[in-house]
Amino acid sequence: MNLLGKLDWNAIPLHEPIIMGATAFMVLVVVAVLGFITMKGAWLYLWREWLTSVDHKRIGVMYCILALVMMLRGFSDAIMMRAQQAVAAGGAQGYLPPEHFDQIFSAHGTIMIFFMAMPFVVGIMNFAVPLQLGIRDVAFPTLNSVSFWLTASGALLINLSLAVGEFSKAGWWGYPPLSELQYSPGVGVDYYLWSLQISGLGTLLAGINFVTTILKMRAPGMSYMRMPVFCWTSLATNLLIVAAFPVLTAVLAMLLLDRYLGFHFFTNDAGGNQMLYANLFWVWGHPEVYILVLPAFGIFSEVIATFSGKPLFGYRSMVAATMTICVLSFLVWLHHFFTMGASANVNGFFGVMSMVIALPTGVKIYNWLFTMYGGRVRFTVPVLWSIGFMVTFVIGGMTGVLHAVPPVSFQLHNSVFLIAHFHNVIIGGVVFGLMAGYNYWFPKAFGFVLDERWGKASFWCWFIGFYLAFMPLYLVGLMGMTRRLQHYDNLAWQPWLIVAMVGAVVILGGIVCQVVQLVVSIRARDKLRVTGDPWNGRTLEWATASPPPAWNFALAPNVTGKDAFWTSKREQAKQGKPGPSRAYEPIEMPKNSATGFVSAFFAVVIGFAMIWHIWWMAGLGLLGAFVTLLAFAFRRHTEFEVPAEQIAQFERAHQAGAAV
Amino acid sequence: MRYGLLAVVLIGAATLGGCTEGVLDPKGPIALAERQILLNSLGIMLAIVVPTILATLAVGYWFRASNRRAAYLPDFEYSGRLELLVWSIPAMTVLLVGGVAWVGSHDLDPGKPISSTVTPITVQVVSLDWKWLFIYPEQGIASVNKLVVPVGTPISFELTSSSVMNSFHVPQLGSQIYTMSGMATRLHLQADHLGTYPGLSTMFSGDGFADMHFTVDAVTDDGFAQWVRQTRETGSALDKQAYADLVKPSKAVAPFTYRAVASGLFGSIVNAGMGTQESSLSICSTSQRAER
Repeated sequence: MNLLGKLDWNAIPLHEPIIMGATAFMVLVVVAVLGFITMKGAWLYLWREWLTSVDHKRIGVMYCILALVMMLRGFSDAIMMRAQQAVAAGGAQGYLPPEHFDQIFSAHGTIMIFFMAMPFVVGIMNFAVPLQLGIRDVAFPTLNSVSFWLTASGALLINLSLAVGEFSKAGWWGYPPLSELQYSPGVGVDYYLWSLQISGLGTLLAGINFVTTILKMRAPGMSYMRMPVFCWTSLATNLLIVAAFPVLTAVLAMLLLDRYLGFHFFTNDAGGNQMLYANLFWVWGHPEVYILVLPAFGIFSEVIATFSGKPLFGYRSMVAATMTICVLSFLVWLHHFFTMGASANVNGFFGVMSMVIALPTGVKIYNWLFTMYGGRVRFTVPVLWSIGFMVTFVIGGMTGVLHAVPPVSFQLHNSVFLIAHFHNVIIGGVVFGLMAGYNYWFPKAFGFVLDERWGKASFWCWFIGFYLAFMPLYLVGLMGMTRRLQHYDNLAWQPWLIVAMVGAVVILGGIVCQVVQLVVSIRARDKLRVTGDPWNGRTLEWATASPPPAWNFALAPNVTGKDAFWTSKREQAKQGKPGPSRAYEPIEMPKNSATGFVSAFFAVVIGFAMIWHIWWMAGLGLLGAFVTLLAFAFRRHTEFEVPAEQIAQFERAHQAGAAV
Repeated sequence: MRYGLLAVVLIGAATLGGCTEGVLDPKGPIALAERQILLNSLGIMLAIVVPTILATLAVGYWFRASNRRAAYLPDFEYSGRLELLVWSIPAMTVLLVGGVAWVGSHDLDPGKPISSTVTPITVQVVSLDWKWLFIYPEQGIASVNKLVVPVGTPISFELTSSSVMNSFHVPQLGSQIYTMSGMATRLHLQADHLGTYPGLSTMFSGDGFADMHFTVDAVTDDGFAQWVRQTRETGSALDKQAYADLVKPSKAVAPFTYRAVASGLFGSIVNAGMGTQESSLSICSTSQRAER
C-alpha cells in the first residue's frame, strides 16, 4: 500500500514551462510576503490582531483581501485565454495546448465566482452590515471567523492544484458524464469538488450567521422598514445562501460518491442521469447570480443616495423588488438548458419567469435614476462606478432577457454571445458594485480616503476595457462562435478577438491603477486622513469613528427613522447642540479565537488527503477538526469586558479629532 | 459612457448588416424565424433601454453638484405616479417579450415536425469523442463529420451521444439540441438554399472539442440521390466492429462515409447508454425519448 495515495513526483508538472513559471512566481510572492512579515517582526501582531480576530470588520477586510488576490489569479487566466484566442486562428494552435487551455477556463470560472466575487460580497457585508444595523458584532463572531477561514482553505486548495497535480478540465459547472471518473480520471475534478465543498460550507455558515444577525440584532428602534437598503439586500442574499448552498453541497457530494465509491447518480450506465446534475447545479446556480448581484444593488442604493444628498427614491419599492427577486430566483433555473429537449410548455414557462425577474430589476434602475433627480450629485469615484453600472447593466439585462426567449436561446446557447452577456452583468453589475463599495467604505475601514485621481483612472480603464473586451464577443457570438474553443478555423472572427484581447489589456490597466491607488493612498495617508463622516453619510456606520473601535458604538444608537444618522444630524442642527449625553457603560466583547484558523488548517489537510487518496491523513485531519471543535466547545472564557473608562477615553480622542 | 451608446450602435449595425455564417444569415425556415424573434425582442427592448441609458446620463449630468441652475429637492423620495410608471414600463416590456417567448417556444419547439408537402428525411446523429456520426436509416448509409441534405426537404433528426454530452448546432439552419448518452432527443430543420454551412458542437466535451465541427452540404434532390448512390458504392460498412473502432477517441477527423449501416445501430447506441444489454442489436423504436 502506498502511504501517499496517488501522490508522487509526477504530480508536479515540471515539463510545463508556463505552469512552472506561474508556480515559481506565486512561491516568490508568498516568500516575499512571509519575509516582509518576519523582517517587521509582525508575526505576533498578525496572529493576535488578524488571524485569530473575531471582529466582523477585520474578518470583512480579510475577505476582501482574499478576493482581490484571487482576482489577480482569475484575471491572469482570463488574459491568457484572450491571448490564446487572439492568435489560434486558421491552422494555428496558439501557445496553449487543449489540456492546459481546458484547465484555464475551468479555473477562471471557478475562481472568479467562488473565490473572487463571493468573498468580496461576503467581505463587504461583513464589514458594513453590523455597522449599518448599529450593533457591536454579528450573531456568532467565532463562527464568522470559521466561515472566512474555510473559504480561504478552498482558495488555497485551488491554487495548490496549479503546482501539485492539475485542475479540472470539465468547465466551472463540472457537468457529468465529462466530470465522472470514466472521462476525467485525474485529480483535477477532485480539486474542484473538495475546494468548493470546503468553501461552500464556509459560505453556508456565513449565510446562517447573517440571517440571524439581521433578523435578531438590530439597534433599538431599527424596525425592518427603517433598515438601510444594503441591509435588506444582504438579508435577501443570505436567505438565498441558506436556501441554495445546501443544494450545491448535495449535488457535489453526489458527484463525489460517483467518483469515490462507484455510485451512479450521474453516470451513463446503471440508471444514472446526467441532466439531474444540470438541474440541481442550476437550482443553486441561478440564485447564486442574485446572491452576488443583490448586495451590489444595495451598495449602489447607498452610494447614489449619499452622493446625491437625498434619501433613496421609492424605498418601499426597492425593498419589495429585492424580496421579489429573492423568491423568483428559484423559479428560473431551467433557462440554463432550454436546449436539452424539454417540452414547449416547460421552456415557455421558464422563459416567461426569467423575464418576470427583469421587472423588479428594471424598477431598481428607475429608482436610482429618480434618486439622482433633484439631487446634488457629487461625481466621486463610487458615483462613477454606479453610473457606469446603470449604463452597462441595462445592456446586459437586455441581452439576458433575449436569452430568456427560448427560440433565441436555441441559437445562442453556449455561444460567446452568452459569455458576453454574463460578463456584462457580472462585471457591469457585481464587480462595478464591489468597486463602488470598496471606494465608499475604505475610509470607514482605515480612516483615510483613497486617492481620487487614480480611482477615476481605474474606473475609466475598467469601463472602456470592458466594452472593448466584451462587445466584440456579442458580435462573434452572432457569427456562430461557441465558447471554450482552444482554436478555430474561421478567420472572420479573429479581428474581433484581437479587439477583445486589447480590451483585456485595458482592464489590466484598470487593475494596475487600483494597485497604484492603494499604494499612493497608503503613502499619503496622513494627508487623506478623515473623521467618522467623510461623505456626509446617511446611515449609522458614519456615526462612529473611522476606523471604528472594536466595539463599534460607544453607546447603542437610538434609531428614530429611516437614514438614521442623517435624521439625527438634522435634529442636532435644528437644536443647535448635541443631544443629552449618556454615561458610558462597560461593554462585553467576544474574545479572539484560533478556532477558525485551526479548523481551516485541518480542512486543508482533509481536502488534500481526499484529493490524493491518502486515507490515513484524511483520518488524522478529521480527528484534528473534531478535537478543535471539542476545545472550542469546552472553553470557559468567551468574552472580556472593555472598561467604561477606556471607551470614554476613545470617545474623547475621537470627538477632539472630529472637532479639528 | 459614450461607449454604452457605441455598444448599442455596434449591436445594431451587426444586426442590420448581417454577419456571414452566423445566426443572422439564416438559410432555412427555422433559423429565419428565430432571427425574426431575436430582432423583434431586441427591438422591443431597445425602445426602452436606449431612452433609459440616455435619461441616466442626462439626469446625472444635469443634477451634478456644481450646476446651481438645477433644482435641489432633498426630500423628494416618493411619488405614487412615478412609482406606477416605474413598475409599469418594465411590466409592459416583459408582457410583450414574454408573449413572444411563449408563442415562440411553441412554434419553434425543436421536437415539432416542419409542416411541408415534401416527405421528410430521417437522420440519426451520434456525437462521439470527438466527431459526429450521421446515419441515414432510410438510405442505409452513414457519414462522419459531413452532413448532406437535399434543399427544401424537412430533416427529422434523432440524436444521442456515445459518451459525454454535446450539443448539435448548425447556426444557419437553426435550433441546437443536446446529445446525451442513453437518451434520444429530437430536432427538425430544413435548408432552403444551396450551399455549405458550418456545424459544430456547442457543449464542451473534452480535449478534442475545438475540432469537433462538421459541414452541412445542402444540395439539390438529384445531387442528394447521386451522393447516396456514390456513397453506397464506396467505403466500408458500419457494422459492430467498425463502430467499435469509430468510438475510440480521435481528433480532427477528416470526413468519410460508410456504404452500409447495421440496422438498429442507433437504437443499440441509445440502449447501451442506458446500461441495458448491448448485445441486442434488435431495433427498438428510437423515436421515443428513452428514459423520459
